[in-house]
Amino acid sequence: MEELKLYTYIAVFGTFALYFAIAWWARAGSTSDFYVAGGGITPMQNGMAIGADWMSAASFISMAGLIAFLGYGGSVFLMGWTGGYVLLAMLLAPYMRKHGKFTVPEFIFDRYYSKTARIVAVVCLIIASITYIIGQMKGVGVAFSRFLEVDYGLGLGIGMFVVWVYAVLGGMKGITYTQIAQYVVMIFAYTIPAIFISFQLTGNPIPQLGLGSTLADGSGVYLLDKLDLVVTELGFKEYTTANLGGTLNMFAYTISLMIGTAGLPHVIMRFFTVPSVQAARQSAGYALVFIGLLYTVAPAVGAMARLNLMNTIEPVAGENLAYAERPQWFKDWEKTGLLKFEDKNGDGLIQYTSNKTDAPITITGSISGKEIVLLPNEMVKVDRDIMVLANPAIANLPNWVIALVAAGGLAAALSTAAGLLLAISSSISHDLMKGVLTPDLSEKNELLAGRIVMTIAILVSGYLGMNPPGFAAGTVALAFGLAASSIFPALMMGIFSKKMSGTAAVSGMCAGIGITMLYVFQHKGIMFIPGTSFLGDSGPNWFFGISPNAFGAVGALVNFATAFIVLQFTGPAPAHIQALVENMRAPGDAPAAHDH
Amino acid sequence: MENKETYWSENIRIIFICLAIWFVVSFGFGLLLVEPLNAIQLGGYKLGFWFAQQGAIYSFLGLIFWYGHKMNVLDKKYAQESK
Repeated sequence: MEELKLYTYIAVFGTFALYFAIAWWARAGSTSDFYVAGGGITPMQNGMAIGADWMSAASFISMAGLIAFLGYGGSVFLMGWTGGYVLLAMLLAPYMRKHGKFTVPEFIFDRYYSKTARIVAVVCLIIASITYIIGQMKGVGVAFSRFLEVDYGLGLGIGMFVVWVYAVLGGMKGITYTQIAQYVVMIFAYTIPAIFISFQLTGNPIPQLGLGSTLADGSGVYLLDKLDLVVTELGFKEYTTANLGGTLNMFAYTISLMIGTAGLPHVIMRFFTVPSVQAARQSAGYALVFIGLLYTVAPAVGAMARLNLMNTIEPVAGENLAYAERPQWFKDWEKTGLLKFEDKNGDGLIQYTSNKTDAPITITGSISGKEIVLLPNEMVKVDRDIMVLANPAIANLPNWVIALVAAGGLAAALSTAAGLLLAISSSISHDLMKGVLTPDLSEKNELLAGRIVMTIAILVSGYLGMNPPGFAAGTVALAFGLAASSIFPALMMGIFSKKMSGTAAVSGMCAGIGITMLYVFQHKGIMFIPGTSFLGDSGPNWFFGISPNAFGAVGALVNFATAFIVLQFTGPAPAHIQALVENMRAPGDAPAAHDH
Repeated sequence: MENKETYWSENIRIIFICLAIWFVVSFGFGLLLVEPLNAIQLGGYKLGFWFAQQGAIYSFLGLIFWYGHKMNVLDKKYAQESK
């Protein structure tokens, strides 16, 4: 245990020292450095930075756990969070880069010639980014308290300080180079345990292939077939076909995540950092290479972790693990409250089944066709988030691998937090202050304002991470819902419909956000306060069975429809705006991202 | 002016092809047709399951690079014509 702690300190503080060194080397001198890294990032560097920016604590820690318990249903995250890059590469990034400005609200202002549109965009951006950041800050606190056994608040404070140093000092330039380092840390931390585990289970070290291979125990059974059998014998849904709330819900969920991804301002902003339109298209490709590396490993991590967990508790069908003989990782996670066992039948053995009642029930195994008696489930809590973090320990991997996972989790949380902070500070200092309130702000003062706003944003998000509001759990849905129902349609119509006018686009944005928020709140409670939902949060009350998390797709449709109807009644955009759109679409080089 | 318009309509055509494939590999093979495809095995993977958790992502990657390549060719062609 002491050795593990030492390794973890070395891994965590070693990577922090690296981030500081990079920040000092790449500090920002101008607003162009601060907002778009001077426009001189290569597509491959940008792709890596987008990867780190995009893959948050949720991707690193939670996603494989979600897949482990949802099985096939977890595919919505895999397809949704990668398919958005196809939309970005073809529908948004190149044209927005051609236009050549610093921020997303600024693009909306130019295209829709309206300060209202710019302010609506700033508000959407800030709500989406702040809600997202709370999750990162919590991730930092949890990683510190679990791995280094320091106080949650102190861990959070250290994380805030580290981000402050390199984000405030370096702006986009510092953040970009730090994110490249963080990507490397993160991908090693994710894939090394996966390679070990895949090799242990199947003899194939490549997790993507291991998942489709036979088990190494000599049985000749495919890993996925074995997993299907094991889970169905315990009454759970078959792993490879388990649906998530029906095909329509999965469909809407996937679309919402795709267009939400394409509409997240902190991701779009990164495309303004490359020198040309061609480079913007290429960066989307590289981004997906680096993201795909983690996302194609995640299903293997999920399935293998689930199988390992099941095998630990019930190594042979009917021979359950005695609670007294539980392994060390089991005890460690029990301490955190994320794993909980109750010996309901008093036999001293651990029963992990789908039976949530207090009496045994008999089922027919859906694969074996055998009659099975299911004892009541005694694993009363198995938190999904522990799967990635506990995975190396469950598989008995060496201590340095576990230390690496801690550093990787922190890299994922910090890199995403920094990108979001930059999106927030630029939207306030550049769009709200320079663009609307005090247009005669000098470049030097704007840079100073950007740094002050970022410091305030760090303090606010740190406070919210310390005292997470009741709605923290539901917020990711809200962030994606907002991006999908407001920002993505506005940007897309701005490029693909020359005639789209400011009035029509603003009406569309308001309608899209309005209906999405209404739907989320009516099922999840107003601002997620329990008891204030006026329609229940369960399947039968949902509109065609679409869950609130999946509703962004409907919001986007409403946005498009409203905008086109309003356009019919209010007339097209003026000629000089149509010329602006022509120019965005035309071939040729983009100007360096500039101010006015 | 005419150049610009043909460039744009060729771009739209390429996007349309890409998005059709994008839709088929993810929503088609991974969701709507998952059950019939699951009858086919790809190693230890059921084919529909493979598309949903692996194949769609590989296809997305191919699409973005193919689109970038096609557009570079198009950019060159129109840059020369305008000279």
